[in-house]
Amino acid sequence: MINKVFKTPKEAIADIFDGATIMIGGFGEAGSPIELIHALIDQGAKNLTIISNNAGSGHVGLAALLEHKRVKKIICSYPKTAFSEVFPDLYCNGEIELELVPQGTLAERIRCGGAGIPAFYTPTSVGTPLAEGKEIREIDGKFYVLEYALKADFSLVKAYQGDRYGNLIYYKTGRNFGPIMCMAAKVTIAQVNKIVEVGELDPEIIVTPNIFVQRVVEVANPLHEHVLVSQNKKYPWTE
Amino acid sequence: MDRINIGWSKEEMATLVANDIPDGSYVNLGIGIPELIANYVPQGREVIIHTENGLLGVGPAPAPGTEDFDLINAGKKPITAIKGACFFHHADSFAMIRGGHLDFTILGAYQVSQNGDLANWSTGSPNDIPAVGGAMDLVQGVKNVFVIMSHTTKDGTPKIVKKCTYPLTGVAVVSRIYTDLAIIDVTSQGLKVIKLAPGIDKNTLQNKTEADLIF
Repeated sequence: MINKVFKTPKEAIADIFDGATIMIGGFGEAGSPIELIHALIDQGAKNLTIISNNAGSGHVGLAALLEHKRVKKIICSYPKTAFSEVFPDLYCNGEIELELVPQGTLAERIRCGGAGIPAFYTPTSVGTPLAEGKEIREIDGKFYVLEYALKADFSLVKAYQGDRYGNLIYYKTGRNFGPIMCMAAKVTIAQVNKIVEVGELDPEIIVTPNIFVQRVVEVANPLHEHVLVSQNKKYPWTE
Repeated sequence: MDRINIGWSKEEMATLVANDIPDGSYVNLGIGIPELIANYVPQGREVIIHTENGLLGVGPAPAPGTEDFDLINAGKKPITAIKGACFFHHADSFAMIRGGHLDFTILGAYQVSQNGDLANWSTGSPNDIPAVGGAMDLVQGVKNVFVIMSHTTKDGTPKIVKKCTYPLTGVAVVSRIYTDLAIIDVTSQGLKVIKLAPGIDKNTLQNKTEADLIF
């Protein structure tokens, strides 16, 4: 019997190792798997390379993972956000490496990583500092830059509902990077608001097919990052 | 005192842009002033607004108390979705952008050069946290790239220049510039002024512009 369901975030992320490359879903807080990230902070893996669109806000979730010095490098498109304090400090002190990638190139590098395509040419960033040192090719009179696919040891994503096979559906703009990150990791771990019985999700509307997901864990009432940030909460919780 | 009643307000600039977007267009709006444009789409026109984080069909801002932080725009502000809207993942969203499916993108800018080079993501200062988001994808992929910005910086430095001094977002990508003082097309002959704001004459505009203007 196939059963990809794990009981807790702690069990689902237990084998993440030092030096792992991890994709973390989310655009700001929408789609950010905050409970999985907090479990990862508790677990202690370090020297991580994180691939995520942003670098977190306040002192919870991804920002807290950075604040605890677990991340040596982040690959992202927009590391500054309202209320992002941790990343700017680490970056200005030279304590974290940043690979800045245009957002569409980031998405396509992840998609290609999951689709078995090692690299691709794109016009995005040609003539800008982000193309410096990269191969440029002229195709039909236009210039393109070579960009390489991204893959990961683990992907941590947040979805709305899942089943024990690993089928996923998402909620509104919380979908963002989730589906492509599920494709690009050796082990994809999805937290979902609700685990439903196999067959309950309409095959016509399943967004992430189960083959791309290895683990599913239910987090019924996920935390809201903007609420925690407005309350100036820090993870791990002090009280 | 001489600034009063000269030039357009941000709302008037947004209205001018909105009036220039035809019925049925697919439009991506950048963060800041561009977001205002959604409020000024003329009656009787249907314009579908795309947000890079995975929604086609952005609606008006939600009523206070009804915000859903899983329904946000590129600026991470809560939004609503219109009837007929659809959600999709990031690779699809940027396939819309990079694949040339969107008709217009309207972006803010630090500088625009006379050949349409755009600088809008970094001042190049060592203290600046570099962050690019989707700007480089938008300027390469969208059919028409419009800039909406103040004509000069707060201290009066021209933002329409011969050559950008800030790091570029894209080379020769801007087709039209809306400022508080004028609307300017980027043409193969140079920067052509197509409309002057109230109280602005040719000399005043040229004096506030580093690049040469065609009237």
